[in-house]
Amino acid sequence: METDTPLLKVEQVGIRFGGLKAVADVNMKLYSGELVGLIGPNGAGKTTLFNLLTGVYVPTDGRIFFKGENLRKQPPYKITKKGISRTFQNIRLFEELSVIDNVKVAYHSLAKHSILSSILRLPNHFSGEKEMEEKALEFLKLFNLDQYRDDKAKNLPYGQQRRLEIARALAANPELLLLDEPAAGMNPKETAQLMELIAFIREKFNLTVLLIEHDMSLVMGVCERIYVLDHGQLIAHGTPEEIRNHPKVIEAYLGEEVS
Amino acid sequence: MIKLKQTKGFWLSILFAFVLFTIVQVVISSAMINFYFVNMILTMGIYIILAVSLHLIIGITGQFSIGHAGFLAVGAYTSAVFTMKLGQPLLIGLIAGGLAAAMAGMLIGIPSLRLKGDYLAIATLGFGEIVRITFFNIDYIGGPSGMMVSQLTTWPWVFGCMLLTILVIRNFTNSTHGRACISVREDEIAADAMGINTTYYKVVAFLIGSFFAGVGGALWAHNFYIIQPSQFGFLKSFDILIFVVLGGLGSMSGAVIAAILLTLVSMLLTEYPETRMIIYSLILIFTMLYRPRGLLGTKEVTSLFTNRRNKKGGPKDGNRHTVA
Repeated sequence: METDTPLLKVEQVGIRFGGLKAVADVNMKLYSGELVGLIGPNGAGKTTLFNLLTGVYVPTDGRIFFKGENLRKQPPYKITKKGISRTFQNIRLFEELSVIDNVKVAYHSLAKHSILSSILRLPNHFSGEKEMEEKALEFLKLFNLDQYRDDKAKNLPYGQQRRLEIARALAANPELLLLDEPAAGMNPKETAQLMELIAFIREKFNLTVLLIEHDMSLVMGVCERIYVLDHGQLIAHGTPEEIRNHPKVIEAYLGEEVS
Repeated sequence: MIKLKQTKGFWLSILFAFVLFTIVQVVISSAMINFYFVNMILTMGIYIILAVSLHLIIGITGQFSIGHAGFLAVGAYTSAVFTMKLGQPLLIGLIAGGLAAAMAGMLIGIPSLRLKGDYLAIATLGFGEIVRITFFNIDYIGGPSGMMVSQLTTWPWVFGCMLLTILVIRNFTNSTHGRACISVREDEIAADAMGINTTYYKVVAFLIGSFFAGVGGALWAHNFYIIQPSQFGFLKSFDILIFVVLGGLGSMSGAVIAAILLTLVSMLLTEYPETRMIIYSLILIFTMLYRPRGLLGTKEVTSLFTNRRNKKGGPKDGNRHTVA
């Protein structure tokens, strides 16, 4: 595994907001096909790290390479086109759009018809839109969301909204999928279903997944490797077994031992 | 099946538009109504163009722009210069007015579309005022006393431009590009994360919207014999904004209906000048109290006739519910 070039390589990355170091000196390597967890207490900088990886923030230090290419100062939409897609901690669907249109938006960058041909309703507008419609419907079926296709996204039950967000992220055709607390607010049954879904899509789309999660049992159960972030710094990294017994991790989560 | 239905709806709308055009044309040319009402119909058509063009910017793309009178002014003055000073026909004036307004839209759009919400509103408001003051100080076009323009705007011109505006904006909205704009309105960060170049689509929406505002301005200029900078103050921008908000943000037919109704109300109330503004304001207040999301919300008129498929911001097929 270590012999390949990594899909994602994070080198000494950090960001400061004024005097506050939100994330500092993070090094990370993700190899193709891995399912890696990112854990840490509240405010550790996990989501900030996601925002750095997806171009929402520009790192003040360090470099990020995706498939060997430096992502410095690339805007988020270009990074998505290169193959990094994400979901959000607090669901960010296009609420007023229908379920199928949410997925179609993610297909937008594949559209072959120009604005002009849409305005003039040229033949390639119709074929392009039809192709999108078919692809999106196929996708919804895969996620068992096709029964909701014309409902507004905001009217879906919570668990289905999470599902739709993952479906939408996958429709953007990523190689690396970043999931920000996908199980937040779910009950144990829904969480179990979610884990099945993640395993399924990973297999089906040949994905690499980086997962932020609070639920330790979940992370320990599915992830092959885990990075632990605390106060913006990586404090540990290893297999679930190593992480479970790592003194620094125990300290970060449970507090320092009283001497 | 669905496609067939849509095509049918489309041809029905075209038929309806044609019938409407003919009726109004016959009524006007047979001199059944006086000049005052002809003028009202033309004004209505121009307001529809302005409302629909602003609907694309605010209702679809979610960019709260309140400088629309600025584009109106640019279109009006440019076209007036082309027809009156350079002796070109009205068609050239319309195109020139639209293009000049679109240029202005791009100039103001590229820097200020980095701003969001109320900041963008303030910036566009400032743009409108800058345009007004600029025209105020150019002697070539008459400065504060304005410019004489001959009356060239006729019903076929207004109707043609109105139809074009509605068709272009409808076609744009009902495509992947329109969906990209709606996604920007719904959640810009998520749109960005889905690979949408948000700045590009904001500028495109601004460009198309300001182009048609310029065309509307050109028609406006050739309808009232004189144009003065004072006609294009920020109150004019608010008039157009009210059409869009009252009709329902995100609903094109709502904007059209609001433009018709409010123009009617405003014209009918001219008989009671002392209470006119009070009644007008009361109508606005009560509409917003009872229909806080606008007359039609985000729906389209056509969705009342079709099945539940029509659930997105844009219309599924065109409607020509225009001058009645």
